Amino acid sequence: MSQPTPDLDHVDVTYVANLARIELSAAETEKFQGELDDVLAYIHQLNELDLEGIEPMSHPHPRENVLREDVPVEAPDRELLLNNAPARVQDLIRVPQMMEDA
Amino acid sequence: MSILAQQNLRELQALLESGACSSRDIVTSVAEQIQTVDGDIHAYLEADTEAALVEADAADARRAQGEKGPLLGIPVAIKDLLNVKGQSCRCASKLLEGFVSPYDATSVAKLRQAGAIPFGRVNMDEFAMGASTEHSAYGVTRNPWNLEHVSGGSSGGSAAAVAAHTAIVSLGSDTGGSVRQPASFCGCVGLKPSYGRVSRYGLTAFASSLDQVGVLSKTVADAADTLSVVAGHDPRDTTSDPIGVPDYAAALGEDLKGMKIGIAEEFFGEGVDPEVAASVRKAIDHCVSLGAEPVAVQFPHLKYAVSIYYILAPAEASVNLSRFDGIRYGNRVEADDPVSMMCKTRDAHLGDEVKRRILLGTYVLSSGYYDAYYVKALKARALIKQDFDKVYEQCDVLMSPVAPTTAYKIGAGAQDPLAMYLGDICTIPSNLSGGCGLSVPCGFSQAGLPIGLQILGPAFAEERILRAGHAFEQSTDWHLKQPGSFS
Repeated sequence: MSQPTPDLDHVDVTYVANLARIELSAAETEKFQGELDDVLAYIHQLNELDLEGIEPMSHPHPRENVLREDVPVEAPDRELLLNNAPARVQDLIRVPQMMEDA
Repeated sequence: MSILAQQNLRELQALLESGACSSRDIVTSVAEQIQTVDGDIHAYLEADTEAALVEADAADARRAQGEKGPLLGIPVAIKDLLNVKGQSCRCASKLLEGFVSPYDATSVAKLRQAGAIPFGRVNMDEFAMGASTEHSAYGVTRNPWNLEHVSGGSSGGSAAAVAAHTAIVSLGSDTGGSVRQPASFCGCVGLKPSYGRVSRYGLTAFASSLDQVGVLSKTVADAADTLSVVAGHDPRDTTSDPIGVPDYAAALGEDLKGMKIGIAEEFFGEGVDPEVAASVRKAIDHCVSLGAEPVAVQFPHLKYAVSIYYILAPAEASVNLSRFDGIRYGNRVEADDPVSMMCKTRDAHLGDEVKRRILLGTYVLSSGYYDAYYVKALKARALIKQDFDKVYEQCDVLMSPVAPTTAYKIGAGAQDPLAMYLGDICTIPSNLSGGCGLSVPCGFSQAGLPIGLQILGPAFAEERILRAGHAFEQSTDWHLKQPGSFS
């Protein structure tokens, strides 16, 4: 799906739902359209702010390069992890075919 | 004579230490209380009494060996997004039906080390998105004070269980107010520690720069004791802070003399119910009568907090929830190709509020919108932090309402997501800044619903807000009031 021309007042719900990997029904798309446009209309209030020269704050207490010693630590049990997959085949997780046959 | 489940944590500690009761007695009493009242409240998604009794016996054995500790032998209800090894962890979502936790969250592991018993999975809004538990895929949790009203959220199950005495204490999580607001709605204590104070390892991520594990309890002292157990640095969460854990119980002894309480009129603005505002102002006056000094402060950017949050939290959520793709966890809708499988799985098994936030978050992060929304919100977030920095230059703590209203009727807010989002205005700022916050009962509306006083402090100043909350609580009797049908 091609990227739509930026429109700051309306969410292109169909385009965004595809990016988010959610298959919406027509009714859902219409409902979310109205609700999300309402939220956008509200958050446009941020345009009132003069944000020139302000550093974006992505984290409450910024920290860099948190490292640990390169030593093995206990990891969750593999069996327990695999058992949570919806479709397990031996030690693999089954998914629909991804590539055409060669 | 009240039953054990109705006692608070400190009271039970004393009974356990004197030998007047065992951990088995307490778990049994809590299980009976669940049996009696949770059919009406629906705080619990599940509670395995047999397993809890085995752990209770182990705790009693530890005590017999001479071990002591604030949580030894105490059952703790766990919000359904914290992993407890061997228990289900569905985040109140259909998508995670059947998921069994392969490991303990660090906060849960710390509870176990202290001899506490993780007992029961309590309800929440799906993936912690919502403020009423109406967005749980497993039914709403009702308010113990009035069953027609919501318990708040997203940690509504955690709060309602404590209020209905089906839990002694509980763990919740707070991303934009999800511990403090349900505590306020249900008339119990809710503590949101500073970002980085408690490890997030094993807490299913909603918005990683905002999420924090919190405590719901019957008294401030109980919250302090529980925090002292779960707090601390964890190498498995690189955002957990290496700063040492102080003795929170020791902070409770001090009175309010000389404490400077900031009051920002912005927190009492448009939309705040006059009954709520009056109750909170009266509570602040009471603190002043105890020796605190009121200081008028400004919080000029408060009105932008909801906008900032509803860009950043959905953005982070849209990324965090991309892992729920039908491949590794829970439910799947089968299809011929992987993308259809993901799209169908996520449509079928995620609720409306979660979809709404994923869509909004995906939109603000998408090409062409990133600077206009996401980066702008990050810059505005810095202004919220600046407001707090200026406030805390003038005072020790900031006091305000927790929520603009008391608990509303079930179904009343469902039709208007934006109106629901605006209800988070008082709690969101401390998540954006990384500070700490406490909700303490401070009154009731005419209709008999609880009102909470919010006490905010800077990052890693939990001692201050606990000290203020404890002093207020101990000189009032709001925390002793019981919901009629459950006392």
